[in-house]
Amino acid sequence: MRLRLDAVSVEIDGATLVEKLSLAAAEGEVVALVGPNGSGKSTALRCVYRALRPASGAVLVDGRDITALSLRDSAQQVAALTQEAGTDLDFTVEELVALGRAPHLDGNQPLSRRERELCTEAMARLDVLHLARRGVLTLSGGERQRVLIARALVQEPSVLVLDEPTNHLDIRHQVELLALLRSAGPTVLVVLHDLNLAAAACDRVVVLSRGALVAAGPPHEVLTPELIHEVFGVRTSVVPHPLTGAPQVLYSLPTAVRTESRP
Amino acid sequence: MSSPPTPPGSAAPPAPARPAAGQGRAGRTVSPAGLAAAVAVLLAVLVVSVVLAIGLGPSSVPPADTVRYLWAALTGGVIPAEEFAGYQVIWQIRTPRVLLAVAVGAGLSAVGVAVQAIVRNALADPFVLGVSSGASVGAVVVVVFGALAALGVYALSAGAFLGALAASALVYAVSRSRMGMTPLRLVLTGVAMAYGFQALMSVLIYLAPDGEATTMVLFWTMGGLGAATWGSLPVVAVVVLAGTLLLRRSARALDVMALGDETAASLGVDTSAVRRRLFVLTSLMTGAIVAVSGAIGFVGLIMPHLVRIAVGAAHARVLAIAPLVGAVFMVWADVVARTLVAPRELPLGVITALVGVPVFIVLMHRRGYLFGGR
Repeated sequence: MRLRLDAVSVEIDGATLVEKLSLAAAEGEVVALVGPNGSGKSTALRCVYRALRPASGAVLVDGRDITALSLRDSAQQVAALTQEAGTDLDFTVEELVALGRAPHLDGNQPLSRRERELCTEAMARLDVLHLARRGVLTLSGGERQRVLIARALVQEPSVLVLDEPTNHLDIRHQVELLALLRSAGPTVLVVLHDLNLAAAACDRVVVLSRGALVAAGPPHEVLTPELIHEVFGVRTSVVPHPLTGAPQVLYSLPTAVRTESRP
Repeated sequence: MSSPPTPPGSAAPPAPARPAAGQGRAGRTVSPAGLAAAVAVLLAVLVVSVVLAIGLGPSSVPPADTVRYLWAALTGGVIPAEEFAGYQVIWQIRTPRVLLAVAVGAGLSAVGVAVQAIVRNALADPFVLGVSSGASVGAVVVVVFGALAALGVYALSAGAFLGALAASALVYAVSRSRMGMTPLRLVLTGVAMAYGFQALMSVLIYLAPDGEATTMVLFWTMGGLGAATWGSLPVVAVVVLAGTLLLRRSARALDVMALGDETAASLGVDTSAVRRRLFVLTSLMTGAIVAVSGAIGFVGLIMPHLVRIAVGAAHARVLAIAPLVGAVFMVWADVVARTLVAPRELPLGVITALVGVPVFIVLMHRRGYLFGGR
């Protein structure tokens, strides 16, 4: 297994945000993490990209516990798109993307020719090459999001974690991004709110609720009307996609009666 | 004020596909060769400025004579007796003062860049962490209570430096938490401490038996280079030079920190550790500067922004250019301060603000500069 979370628990100020969470992702697999607000998805991701230290349990990449590695060593293996989309300073797009090489370089060591080509390639893949000389603070939210994903790819990680990467993206770029994740190479752990995108793009779906794992498996096994109702508290119909067969979740706005009967 | 050349399009990295220029914002990135050229030009400008500034004053000395005097002083040459008074003014009074302006301008600019990155705040300057008010308290304690009398003429500077370090240590201790040093805690602690030290200083002055303490405090809050001597120069010069080089070595870490602490962790940068290290370094630098020149405002706040407008945000460039531009600016600001209403002297902080603010506003409008947000 490329990435394994082994009974990871996170406590902050006495509150247990994640409790004994175990999950695994094989090489090249794309795993979606879904669940309602506050279910511990982002907290679990933070443990993987080292912004948080689990109270107990281990995060293993290729069998090694990364919490025992230096930040720099783990950053050579795990790249992240966090929810902080901002930057304080008006770097140009190409400068920001180049910062993805930071964990591979000593101090101010300049990028090699191969690394500069890597940056250009990543910008092209994310459709931001035409923005290379623009200041990142002048970009739209979606453009900036794509720049940050290019930066994560340039890190050449074996594991890529993304916290709601489709935020701010228009439909076309949402679809393109998820298609790219499928072909990107690294193992991907991604928090998604859109269950249909998760079903279409991911090999497996992991459902969290109140910090604990509720279900995990291929989308068609996990995304059932019963489970969605149990976890999210909404009534849905799940139908197979006419072309791909992937489960598609159809929502119907609750009527007054149903609103009253919500758990 | 000179800005480094930023030829549009000359900075393109070799790339398979040509990145298109953005609308009106192209050319802010400078290639390594361009950066080296800019540094060389600024160094030349600085040397010329220093020579001219040494010659300027209530009794002006032509640049050729200035160079001759300096040469004689450095090589042990002979000066005719009738020129000896002029030589004394040049070598004993003006030269250390102008060189101190270089060190102070360079140091404040470099520290300003670093502090703005450490606390992630565009309004931060070298004094935001309470260092200058701590230094003032230290100096006033020396004046009022005669502390550190054993150090003779260096008692005041030593008192100010110790005050600055004590203030830094206090801010450091208070702003630490289980989550590490967060930028907001640092700023809030620094600002709160500054008010506390000012109150303490007011009490000391109120209780002081004579007016000397009041004058002293004015000097430390407005800043000035009038106290420059050859004796006080080496320490601050070495601290500023070494500190600036060390800060620049952390340039990429500072870049990464601007993306936020969580992203920085995912890029292998331990922001708490970097922040701690640079906090100590910038405190030492600021303490050494304040001890000899007081709190000269504006330079450390505005110079980082001015330089970013010219060369972009990357710290490797900003930390190479800002100290040089800051040094040139400070040299000329001090010339204005001591010649405009000679023989009286204007407070240097007044000049830095009066000259710099309009320049800054014009530049800000022209280049559509963004202060870390829209």
